[in-house]
Amino acid sequence: MPEVDIEVRVNGTRRRARVEPRLTLADYLRDVCHLTGTHLGCEHGVCGACTVLLDGAAVRSCLVFAVQAEGAEVTTIEGMGSAEELSPVQEAFRDHHGLQCGFCTPGFVVSVTALLRDNPNPTDDEIRAGLSGNLCRCTGYQGILAAVRAAAGRS
Amino acid sequence: MDPTATSVAARYTGARVHRVEDARLLTGHGTFVDDVVRPGMLHACFVRSPFPRARILGVDSSSALALDGVHAVFVAADLNPDVCERWYGLTGKNTPDTPRPPLAEDEARFVGDPVALVVAESRYIAEDAADLVDVDYEPLPPVVDYLQAHESAGLVHEGYENNVAGRLRGGKPDAVEQACDSAAHVVTETIYQQAYAPVPMETRGLVVEWSGGELTIWAATQAPHEVRAFCARLLGIPEHSVRVIMRDTGGAFGQKILPLREDMCLMLAARKAPAAVKWIEDRRENLMSAGQSRHEHGVVRMAFDAGGTIAAAQIDHVQDVGAYPTPWPVGTGSAVGMLFPGPYRIPVGSWTTTSVFSNTTGRTAYRGPWQFESVAREVLLDIAARRIGLDPVELRRRNMLDRDELPYANPNGMRYDHMAPREVFEQALAIIDYDAFRREQEEARAAGRYLGIGTCSYVEPTTSAMAHFSTEGATIRVEPSGKVNVYLAGGSTGNSLETTAVQLVADALGCDIADVHTIQGDTAVTPFGAGTGGSRSGGMIAGAVAETASTLRERIVAIAAHKLEAAAEDIELAESRAAVRGTPAVGLSFAEIASAAYFDAGSLPPGMPAGLEASGRYHNKTMSTWANATHVCTCEVDPSTGVVTLLRYVVSEDCGPMINPNVVEGQIDGGTVQGIGGVLYEHLAYDEDGNPISTTFLDYLMPTIAEVPVIEHGHVETPGPGPGGHKGVGEGGAIGAPPAVVNAVADALAPFGVTITRLPLSPAALMSMLDERPVP
Repeated sequence: MPEVDIEVRVNGTRRRARVEPRLTLADYLRDVCHLTGTHLGCEHGVCGACTVLLDGAAVRSCLVFAVQAEGAEVTTIEGMGSAEELSPVQEAFRDHHGLQCGFCTPGFVVSVTALLRDNPNPTDDEIRAGLSGNLCRCTGYQGILAAVRAAAGRS
Repeated sequence: MDPTATSVAARYTGARVHRVEDARLLTGHGTFVDDVVRPGMLHACFVRSPFPRARILGVDSSSALALDGVHAVFVAADLNPDVCERWYGLTGKNTPDTPRPPLAEDEARFVGDPVALVVAESRYIAEDAADLVDVDYEPLPPVVDYLQAHESAGLVHEGYENNVAGRLRGGKPDAVEQACDSAAHVVTETIYQQAYAPVPMETRGLVVEWSGGELTIWAATQAPHEVRAFCARLLGIPEHSVRVIMRDTGGAFGQKILPLREDMCLMLAARKAPAAVKWIEDRRENLMSAGQSRHEHGVVRMAFDAGGTIAAAQIDHVQDVGAYPTPWPVGTGSAVGMLFPGPYRIPVGSWTTTSVFSNTTGRTAYRGPWQFESVAREVLLDIAARRIGLDPVELRRRNMLDRDELPYANPNGMRYDHMAPREVFEQALAIIDYDAFRREQEEARAAGRYLGIGTCSYVEPTTSAMAHFSTEGATIRVEPSGKVNVYLAGGSTGNSLETTAVQLVADALGCDIADVHTIQGDTAVTPFGAGTGGSRSGGMIAGAVAETASTLRERIVAIAAHKLEAAAEDIELAESRAAVRGTPAVGLSFAEIASAAYFDAGSLPPGMPAGLEASGRYHNKTMSTWANATHVCTCEVDPSTGVVTLLRYVVSEDCGPMINPNVVEGQIDGGTVQGIGGVLYEHLAYDEDGNPISTTFLDYLMPTIAEVPVIEHGHVETPGPGPGGHKGVGEGGAIGAPPAVVNAVADALAPFGVTITRLPLSPAALMSMLDERPVP
């Protein structure tokens, strides 16, 4: 299948590339854009580690082809806060031990950011439902729940 | 060993300090193995057997090799003859071992068995090519169920009669028989546990680069030095020709403590490749071939006197070790027997363990590999309590070891000390308010709702002094600027070893924590260490830091005393400054002291070496440092659907003084939720033909944030024998949780006369137990 030219805005920067139609958005971000903060935990859309914002919507970048992002705005973990200035969500994760190995963390941070944007004051049940599509194997979710509560209080 | 450390109070050790790992991990700037890119890097994909057992008649790679971008297709004949030695430091050279070829040779022995290795320009092309590799298989009847393996006509491996990989036994079976003969109550059950697995969120993977006679490996590992030494032996090259680098590893839980067969293949293939080769396992491969754990059963028996005092305990344990267990599984099996008595006063005991091969994925280590000792004991105790007519908590109270009975040798030879079983038990019960729950349960039952409560108490040998686990080294360098670097073997896979090291060093040297940095996980620059495993890192790093920092402190103090014309015993180190006690204005910063040490060595006290660094190695001489805990949880079971909802969950643990309570509680929580998953959701299942049927996260169900209860913590601190008194805590959650959950569910269903002896407790399994229950 012939390669396809795409243009995507990634974290505010316009990027052009020629890609195979089968290239996933996740692999495009990691291998073409060299933004390796987006992680792949299952590549079948369950674990949520690869979550990014596509035109503002939290999506699993392993289930989207790069060509489907043509003309879209993509925000990855690299577009959310910096080591020097963490976002409120990132700060809450640090304060509440919401991460251990950090592999699932970018997906959680992106998902929580979208969740709190859409629902700034979620109940515990809404937090649990909203994040049930992100798997973490280290924390037992205890620090994550505490972090989201704290981030909601702040935002 | 630490003559001057007492002059500064611990400031960071014991505090909930922020983790130094977090800034990079939260912003997507960690470095996991899949983030490593090398010039001209190639990508690997395995061709795996679709049959549980099949003769390999031939492999035709021609179509695959014809595909653009394919560099090579390796089969067993290409790689396996290059193996020089393949033993692990963890088990040692002279321990017996079971077969473990890199690629399958004449026979494939489970679905997922690697048969060929494709190397191509991209993973996409490598996968395309793997599909084109034509393997001629002749299917053979597989040994699927380890329970039937001993009577199976087929053998998983020639030379292992009845498919038995090994047996061990211990204790005094005759004494147990005598005790049972004269006991008021003897309770016997066979308890079965299903296969589940560590399942780290980051799968396995490595990048191997052979260049100029040197091999560099970027690995997802718990033990970089183990990987280096293993690789050097495998290839028959000097250890210093191999460098292993790891920065961030995305969880491991035992799965990444030893190089497995795919790792061996990459190490062997890289020497034949023109550039670095990367292999990143996908999730299907991980669930199909990264190993299984927990699949075992035990015939367990306990004898009690009329008052419920335990007179004897026995377990006959059998475990499924799959086709290619790693490491030798029989030794781990023996730990099940030796730890079976747990935290109870038990005069006589005996045990056997049998490891059985099957045509399934090999058994690998998983967080508390001997965990079945607690499942078997604690589930049996609850069954026994109901039969005897005692509350399960009361039965345990009558048998729990008291602190003043320590040291205590259990009947199977384990010598316990430095722990507090009764204290954690009573603390956990107080937190959950056991008596109040029993009242609530009674009212609920009257209203047609089924609540239950379950406990698990266990003891755990941590910080082992076995073989290469017994020492840990550190190098601490005060750089010319006065900033501090501590070099440790590392192997952190989420367990916060960087933060731990920085806290300990800041206190040991009296410097500001912001001035301390740590370098871990690079064998070229860090001292040898056995990595993360056996709940050893906290205690061993504390030992290595104490050993090393004491030397450095003495030198810092001596330089300051000399320059300030004060007595060494009057020098205090705090906040990266050496000052004269009582005259804090008179002092020198670490930067000034370091500057003198490196750039003005003539000004140092006579005989003082230039520079400011030290290396030391802690030697732990205590065979096991005992941690212990009690888990208590409550649940509601809906008898019309079989759905279990956990209501409250309490863990009271004794890991000695905590270095960082956030890290301790995080370890407990993570392990606990893995244990909850193991009882209620997770099942690494095979169908009766030997096909794995849980190779996606839609089939292998891990707990999500929607299912887990809030975990409440109690802490008891009985110092261990090592520096700082720290004891291990990494594995315990995964040991304590399963029995507590099983017992809570069994308690909820007690009115139905159901006895639970088979896991997992899926809704379907519970409904079938309720349907098949004895008619009252």
